[in-house]
Amino acid sequence: MSPQPARSQDPARHRLSPTRTLDVDPLIEDPATRIVVCCGSGGVGKTTTAAALGLRAAERGRKVVVLTIDPARRLAQSMGIDSLDNTPRRVKGIDDSAGGELHAMMLDMKRTFDEIVEAHADSERASAILGNPFYQSLSAGFAGTQEYMAMEKLGQLRSRDEWDLIVVDTPPSRSALDFLDAPKRLGSFLDGKLIRVLLAPAKVGGRAGMKFLNVGMSMMTGALGKVLGGQLLKDVQTFVAAMDSMFGGFRTRADATYKLLQAPGTAFLVVAAPERDALREAAYFVERLAAEDMPLAGLVLNRVHGSGADGLSAERALAAAENLEDSRIVDQEGGKAGLRNSPETYGSSEPLASSDVPDGGSPAPTDTDATDTDTDTDGADTDGTDVDDTGLDGTDDTDADRSVDRLTAGLLRLHAERMRLLSREQRTRDRFTALHPEVAVTEVAALPGDVHDLAGLRDIGDRLATDRPELPETP
Amino acid sequence: MSRLQVVSGKGGTGKTTVAAALALALATEGKRTLLVEVEGRQGIAQLFETEALPYEERKIAVAPDGGEVYALAIDAELALLDYLQMFYKLGGAGRALRKLGAIDFATTVAPGVRDVLLTGKACEAVRRKDRGGRFVYDYVVMDAPPTGRITRFLNVNDEVAGLAKIGPIHNQAQAVMRVLKSPETAVHLVTLLEEMPVQETADGIAELRTARLPVGRVVVNMVRPEVLDGDGLELTESVPRSSIARALSSAGLGGARRGGHAERLVDPLLAQAREYAERYALETEQRAVLADLGVPLHELPLFAEGMDLAGLYQLARNLRGQGVS
Repeated sequence: MSPQPARSQDPARHRLSPTRTLDVDPLIEDPATRIVVCCGSGGVGKTTTAAALGLRAAERGRKVVVLTIDPARRLAQSMGIDSLDNTPRRVKGIDDSAGGELHAMMLDMKRTFDEIVEAHADSERASAILGNPFYQSLSAGFAGTQEYMAMEKLGQLRSRDEWDLIVVDTPPSRSALDFLDAPKRLGSFLDGKLIRVLLAPAKVGGRAGMKFLNVGMSMMTGALGKVLGGQLLKDVQTFVAAMDSMFGGFRTRADATYKLLQAPGTAFLVVAAPERDALREAAYFVERLAAEDMPLAGLVLNRVHGSGADGLSAERALAAAENLEDSRIVDQEGGKAGLRNSPETYGSSEPLASSDVPDGGSPAPTDTDATDTDTDTDGADTDGTDVDDTGLDGTDDTDADRSVDRLTAGLLRLHAERMRLLSREQRTRDRFTALHPEVAVTEVAALPGDVHDLAGLRDIGDRLATDRPELPETP
Repeated sequence: MSRLQVVSGKGGTGKTTVAAALALALATEGKRTLLVEVEGRQGIAQLFETEALPYEERKIAVAPDGGEVYALAIDAELALLDYLQMFYKLGGAGRALRKLGAIDFATTVAPGVRDVLLTGKACEAVRRKDRGGRFVYDYVVMDAPPTGRITRFLNVNDEVAGLAKIGPIHNQAQAVMRVLKSPETAVHLVTLLEEMPVQETADGIAELRTARLPVGRVVVNMVRPEVLDGDGLELTESVPRSSIARALSSAGLGGARRGGHAERLVDPLLAQAREYAERYALETEQRAVLADLGVPLHELPLFAEGMDLAGLYQLARNLRGQGVS
């Protein structure tokens, strides 16, 4: 941080006093880290973070696959993936001098579901399932399917053991941890009595000892049929019957994936932006992950703002801007308005200025009285002379002077806006830190635009790794 | 004016805030609106600074001129039990079904059922009349799922109607679809002036149109004030640093000399201006993209201090001023 031009009581200056800093590089470089899961609420840059981490790890020599769920088109293009296909594709154009590789894929949930069916059922049964209307709706992605398939895909990728590191993006769910619940939910459904009820009519002439039970069950299916309509119930029953043999496999894999997520080789990163809702959701994630014994590596705080002039508070910047604008009104409206802005009025800001300015002992010939003797015109580079006399209230200012004042006022207003944003971000983040001081944090400075290419992703990776919101570059 | 106003938008664009402001804005002149939440996030309660909403319609705010805003967080499971009771008198069986895991299955695993229940409940509120035959709610505003899922969410009834070709679910789904595809409904999308949300908005509108769902308005949220216009930004390129230093100094910010306080502010301020310029150009571009969508556009300002109840009322006034209600 550059030396502060002015002393400051502004809290925003002591930005984000980190409790613990999340060091991304050791995490992604460690051969023991095999899976990184990025989770967070929608719109916080989760997918971008996943892609940037993957690229960074690959350029540090690891063989990486990034599994994205429904990425924005341009982000996908930045990694060279244009179309949905359910297999990892090599990303070209990365720096592979360290021997790493980057692969990327988008989850196609229908395809993933179909693959499971094809892999676990004989072809006749598989085609019965794939053709079932109920299955077709289920696999096309209703509530829960995406989450379940994401975890299924993760399990598949991991078991192939082709990659050193798998970076997973999580679905933009209703509740962002649905992906943790989905496998369990499916599991409990598959284990549940409902399945047996649904299967009951399909297994006519079952064991005699079950007769009593079956009476109750056919009553239930009667009720189900009443609600669902006979034909839908039949579709469901056919589907369930056809899937029956595969259920064990589903359940086993769901359990295995869940355990995989708890294993030491997995690291969760909660991604958030310094906004109230996003950090509230992040806190919820942190708590849920702890409750589920999932290993949390830390919080990635995206889009954090900084300022190279954070010693100048919003209030002072605004006051100064008004100062400049007032003098401009005088210029434009001539003498009458000038009364409102008499030298005395203006002079009232002087004590502030001089008390603040160690080098304020101005040798300037004219001071801030309303004379016409302004000598500074545009552009004369008078660095080295102290120029407190820039004809603020001069009446013969050139247009250039006026526009400089206007511009400077604009710069100051811009700065005030930035400082307000900074202190809001600070407050939001402080609230999170107070709740979860144990969570390591890394910050990523806000970018004005979106990421379009590998260079952009690399830049984000650098920012991720250096936990320091870059100040606006100074020439 | 459509009586069911669905508000969607990419995550992080503030769709809950806009939905709430819209509900307030529509509750003018003694009108009554219902604000419904379907994603179980309790965003409405947080926004209105009240405790978590139960599955029950309750008054949550009063509009300045006597209107009322009610709120409801729809819970799929309770809605299903409700529904079973209402249509089939299956109260007891409902409990049995729950024990069996059927309710859980229906609301979490079974395709579409959850969404059917959520949209079904909202449509029921739209159609509900009191004894005098008047609509109970003048407007229903739905804080809906995000843009990426909105078409599927609203269209789910079509799909379910296809899946259940006959029977009560089929009829129910079709009844809901009749409301959703009529002028009674308008789907609004909330966006920011950034590439990704704008792109998603464009995609979302295309999808909605393909599905023949009525597209309403696009609301650009959190619009930052224009501090420097194009001319001002051009000036940052041409004005000598020393002139700016002098102007800063004259405004009371210290010496303009090299190394003086004012002089040292120049570079960081200009750097911020360059960032602003980049964003400004991007925003201009995105505005043009939005203008091409052929949908009424509205802009709502950013609240630098964050959104609170007072801000919400201000947004509602703003929306009214823009003729949204």
